[in-house]
Amino acid sequence: MADEPVNKTDDVPEMDEMVEEHATSEPETPVTDDPVVAAALGEIPGVLVTEHDQASSDATYHQAIVPSESWVDAVVAAKDAGFTFFIDLYAADHFREAPRFEVGINLLNRRERRRLILRTRVPYDAPTLPTVSHIFAGANFYEREAFDLLGVEFTGHPDLTRILLPDEWEGHPLRKDHAVGAIPVEFKAGSVDL
Amino acid sequence: MSDTTDLTADVPAEEVEEASVSVAEERRAAHDVWVSGTEERMPFATGTDEGAQEMLPSDIDPALAIQEGIEVDDDYVDEDDDHDFGDRQIINMGPQHPSTHGVLRLQMELEGETVVRVKPIIGYLHTGMEKTAETLNYAQGATNVTRMDYLSPFHNELAYSLTVEQLLGIDVPPRANAIRVLMTELNRVSSHLLWAATQGMDIGALSMMIYGWRERETCLDFFEKTTGLRMNHNYIRVGGVAADLPDGWRDDVASLITTVSRGVDEYEQLLNENPIFLDRTMGVGVITPKEVEQFGITGPMARASGVNWDLRKEMPYCGIDQYEFDVPLGKYGDVHDRYEVRIAEIRESLKIVEQVMDSMPSGDYRTEDRKVTPPPRKRIDESMEALIHHFKLFTEGIAVPPGTAYQAVEGPRGEIGCMMISKGGSRPWRMHWRAPSFAAVQALPVMMTDSLVADVVASLASADPVLGDVDR
Repeated sequence: MADEPVNKTDDVPEMDEMVEEHATSEPETPVTDDPVVAAALGEIPGVLVTEHDQASSDATYHQAIVPSESWVDAVVAAKDAGFTFFIDLYAADHFREAPRFEVGINLLNRRERRRLILRTRVPYDAPTLPTVSHIFAGANFYEREAFDLLGVEFTGHPDLTRILLPDEWEGHPLRKDHAVGAIPVEFKAGSVDL
Repeated sequence: MSDTTDLTADVPAEEVEEASVSVAEERRAAHDVWVSGTEERMPFATGTDEGAQEMLPSDIDPALAIQEGIEVDDDYVDEDDDHDFGDRQIINMGPQHPSTHGVLRLQMELEGETVVRVKPIIGYLHTGMEKTAETLNYAQGATNVTRMDYLSPFHNELAYSLTVEQLLGIDVPPRANAIRVLMTELNRVSSHLLWAATQGMDIGALSMMIYGWRERETCLDFFEKTTGLRMNHNYIRVGGVAADLPDGWRDDVASLITTVSRGVDEYEQLLNENPIFLDRTMGVGVITPKEVEQFGITGPMARASGVNWDLRKEMPYCGIDQYEFDVPLGKYGDVHDRYEVRIAEIRESLKIVEQVMDSMPSGDYRTEDRKVTPPPRKRIDESMEALIHHFKLFTEGIAVPPGTAYQAVEGPRGEIGCMMISKGGSRPWRMHWRAPSFAAVQALPVMMTDSLVADVVASLASADPVLGDVDR
């Protein structure tokens, strides 16, 4: 009993009635006034770009919501348009929304001083996204981390294994249905289930 | 004279040899019985007969040789694989290795003394801090992130606070910004001093270790006086800083600047023309500007490769653009350039600190927005509204509107960024930490491949990874 982890992450109940539709953008004309970002994402259909002010700063940055089917196209287009500096890749769990998982990549254009965060969503029943580790070598570890902690699978990744957690770990702890502190704690006199 | 100098002079040479042979033979016999238990005598050989350290004949049973520790059983070589490995072997460096600066494990494939492949294996210090952040409210969150990169706690707190402030859409008073700049730049100095200490130690300059820690201590003393803690301060908070600077802070900072400047001059006298230091650092662990962009390497490592990217200049925060300072750049991207860049950055940071001292604005050290900062204790007795604000802040926490925000600061190791997704309420829905050391560790194979084993430590130290930041 103590050996059995209490948190099984993959047995989520059907929750269709609870699901809110995540608003996706309608394909329109390029939705930003910024010429650099428009040049990067102008050809990608269905992109929604927003500009954000940084705190205590005059600097701004852009976020772009991208359909998951044009994920790689968007990353390649951004790289070709000068966003060549890979900074970050992350995943997040929007529990009870559909599509459930968010993946984002953070790129910098050094010449034009722009930061662009591309965000996309993948559904719970097929949390897969093509890898971008062949476009940015640095995405390799970040995609492994996203897979390890949130269970998003990156197809075509050269070595999609756990990176922070032990190989035998069950579940993906940054998912919202993975309870905090649900691991049996061993004491010297025995074990206690939390 | 002749009687005492050479006692064996009158003994024939043949007898001397015979005597030594008989002693060796006795030892040999005893050893054979004790080690292998065989009665049959080994073919006798003079020369290397030194008991258990002797060389056994080559046709001895290999299993026995392994048991006796004469041969090493290499687990990594597959006997069935007929591929000729030659001199290749796999060495694990870490996780408990003093030069890995924590619990990093490097699996290295060596051919002779050359590193053929490196695989960094991380996660030994993973404590789920991003998950923890989802359970802490915005007032508590800084205590969590300050423990990630424990050598630059102020930068972590600043990135977190700025991200929350971006979601809230608030600005902090000028004095709070100036205090933030002061503390983060002093933190950069203390972190670089620790780096200089460990880099020196790792490549054999042991005095550097002591000198670096000595000067760093002056920074930590000031941090302790200001925040109450030497590390993990929880000082920079949402809406400003936790407390105003202590009385006499100008004198403290002025003496700190003097001490550290003198210390940095000493380091340069010690290292700059030291032939061993130059040989161990020049041309070692090179990273090209293209690799910098590919792997997301930021901070001094990127600038040592000639990539001119400093967030303090490019995307300034907390009004740091009003101070004058230079961004030192390297040319070759090797370990020596990283040393030069970091030493120069210490001086530039001290320059900023001096300017902050001269231009410290007066006023509040945290925002007076009552939805963020609790009212003073005295106001609670006087004002019903203050009581309500206080109660709401300490029971519910700061109410942050929904949104997604990213904000980064230039930490001592590079871009420390906080990606925060809020769905309203007093806790972040998801907080992702952009850790500069994580990117640096990923790029270690680039630096180490095809270098010598001895240079691995120099390259690793020059990347300055903090494993609390890598594993989070």
